[in-house]
Amino acid sequence: MLLSDKINLEERKQHYLDQTKNYRSKIVICAGTGCMANGSMKVYAKFKEVIRDRGLDVTVALKKEKADYMLVESGCQGFCQMGPLVTILPEDTLYTKVQVEDVEAIVDQMLTANGKVEHLLFERPDTGERIAKQDKIPFYEKQHRTMLKLCGNIDVNDLDEYIANEGYFMARKAVLEMTDVEICKEILDSGLRGRGGGGFPTGRKWDLTRVNESDVKYVICNGDEGDPGAFMDRCVMEGNPHSVLEGMIIAAMGVNATEGYIYVRTEYPLAVSRLKSAIKVARESGILGKNIFGSGKDFDIHVMEGAGAFVCGEETALISSIEGKRGMPTLKPPFPAQKGLFGKPTLINNVETLATVPVVLRMGAEKYSQIGTATAKGTKTFALTGNVANTGLIEVPFGSTLRQIVGEVGGGVMNNDGTLCGCDFKAVQIGGPSGGCLTQDHLDLPLDYDNLQKVGAMVGSGGLVVMNQGTCMVKLARYFMQFTQNESCGKCVVCREGTRQMLALLDDIIEGNATQETLDLLEELAQTVKVGSLCGLGKTAPNPVLSTMRYFKDEYHAHVFDKRCPTGECEALASYRVIPEKCKFCSLCAKKCPVDAISGSKGVPYVIDTEKCIKCGVCITVCRFGAIIKG
Amino acid sequence: MGDNFSSKFERVCAILNKYNQRSDKLIPILQEVQEEYSYLPEDTMTYIATALGISPGAVFGVATFYSHFTLEPKGKYIIKVCDGTACHVKKSEDIIGVIEKELGLSSKKKTSDDMMFTLETVACLGACGLAPVVVVNDAVHGAMTKEKTAELIKQIKEEELANATV
Repeated sequence: MLLSDKINLEERKQHYLDQTKNYRSKIVICAGTGCMANGSMKVYAKFKEVIRDRGLDVTVALKKEKADYMLVESGCQGFCQMGPLVTILPEDTLYTKVQVEDVEAIVDQMLTANGKVEHLLFERPDTGERIAKQDKIPFYEKQHRTMLKLCGNIDVNDLDEYIANEGYFMARKAVLEMTDVEICKEILDSGLRGRGGGGFPTGRKWDLTRVNESDVKYVICNGDEGDPGAFMDRCVMEGNPHSVLEGMIIAAMGVNATEGYIYVRTEYPLAVSRLKSAIKVARESGILGKNIFGSGKDFDIHVMEGAGAFVCGEETALISSIEGKRGMPTLKPPFPAQKGLFGKPTLINNVETLATVPVVLRMGAEKYSQIGTATAKGTKTFALTGNVANTGLIEVPFGSTLRQIVGEVGGGVMNNDGTLCGCDFKAVQIGGPSGGCLTQDHLDLPLDYDNLQKVGAMVGSGGLVVMNQGTCMVKLARYFMQFTQNESCGKCVVCREGTRQMLALLDDIIEGNATQETLDLLEELAQTVKVGSLCGLGKTAPNPVLSTMRYFKDEYHAHVFDKRCPTGECEALASYRVIPEKCKFCSLCAKKCPVDAISGSKGVPYVIDTEKCIKCGVCITVCRFGAIIKG
Repeated sequence: MGDNFSSKFERVCAILNKYNQRSDKLIPILQEVQEEYSYLPEDTMTYIATALGISPGAVFGVATFYSHFTLEPKGKYIIKVCDGTACHVKKSEDIIGVIEKELGLSSKKKTSDDMMFTLETVACLGACGLAPVVVVNDAVHGAMTKEKTAELIKQIKEEELANATV
């Protein structure tokens, strides 16, 4: 056999460090989905061209002994909105929104030592101050990146760079030096809980799978990240695929599994291809496959692409899907730990959980358990999106508050026109269609599994969508209800029919056809769906409705009793009116109104007859003084 | 026609053989078949069922369960508008409206008569940082507005027209 049976990690690490120590700079270009959409690969090519034009040497994936610069294609750096992102190391300068035209200026500045291309540096939206160093930008400064530390920093295609950052050392330790019992105990002691939504203690799940004797056992990595507004797992799979593989190897050793599957949703083609190539190089280096690390043990991983079904994020449904069937959940027990994939004991963990496992072992259970709160240890990644200044992927310790996350990391709430509003958010939706909303009252609530449960929300997979004052909460609840109604697999009647009826009731409210009875029925039905559904999808489907009804009762009442939508978002309930002080009597609106609903004269502000008005919105478009509003 | 017919099934056979006719590989098989034909023709599904030794109902059941599979041919340009939470909050509905208007489509009619465009809404593409997002075939367009969307469609139409006249 040509390949060495036993990969020498120390040698690979030293070799990498020797090779790279003479480079002047390392240029890291973000190749996450977000930055790539903004043209980061063109920027990458341009860097190569410009550096060579200057008569300098640049090396890419295949490293050379001597070169001036190293160009690295990294995974998602998290700050997607500012992309394409380019980081210059070792000085740690972050350039934002870099376009092909900017590359020459950056290279020239690098050559003349310490200069910076000012206009590409991050600008604080509140003070206008330019910040050069990545870790001084509030978005990064306020985070605590452990699992994501390498994501966006290392070359996704480079196994050696992962090894040089202590990668696979823990996998080797688990394979060669630890027993299955020791591994499970270490994870249990760390207090790590599932990051996919349920929050079940990971160590206990491993132990339950370990004790079931079987000739074949499986480890499944759940990468079917279906929650709209969440993309943590995508970033990890794209940005540091080897960390997922390493976590799976450790898990396999903990439960004595020989085969693994990574189930990735089909909407993430980049994650699929990066995982596949990472698996290939790991196999070639004896990290996966037969006789891993020369131990005599076998473990191999396959990638399975999903086919677009949200319910497959549920573990038993996911297992059915790998088996080639309709992805419908099955009754538990038997749990997958007893009878899972192809009837064999199966461990199933989410991407983020597995990618955290090597971090836990590296830090040691005791040290890891010092991060976070009493019942939730470690850090959690959140996808921060919506009406917030800095959108992107963040990692903070459990117990962080919304004030820190939205105000400091997120940089504040935005208006619909993209300006910083300087005001408070109306609500933050956490946990996607299974979660609930949080309000101003929860600004200082330490976020963890139990605290969120108490206020009717959940960590879920970690989507955090910030909403400004212009968002109608009833419409938001309807949006999530439509999502779950669409995605209900149809097995349980109360979920299949209940979500449909709930959606119809919400439509009644939005269209102004509701009464008190509608509200009562909606609440009753919500409880029924919650109790009568088999899996997590149905059990949590009513959460957005219940939580918006709890915190925004007034808004529901305005829709039902006053037939009015306070934000003007619900078309059927919106009414148009003229602000008298702003009206300049130009009569343009009256002329353009197709149904002659507007009247007035010189000196008298115009008025809209709501009886006649057909809500076409023409008047708002033509008014040059912003004197007509909807609401 | 005869040649077409046999070559059609040859490709399916190659895919089936690649997976050793294993019925647990039904999903990847259907994915590859769809990649080949852009949709799942009914006769092909029946053929796959026979080859895998399962009922056509089972194949049909899987094909209709997952939203990625389609039983109807799609247009040359598949426009996916993300309607995930982040995009939704940033008014993806308006963008869907513009596309429907420009292409004469509706929630019932997804593909234009000339088989050029198919409009789909997807739950989340995971590019929330760029919301709202529109994907045309594989190219991602971020931070879309109504104007940018109309411009994008115009551009595709012009390109098509230019190609057709050459």
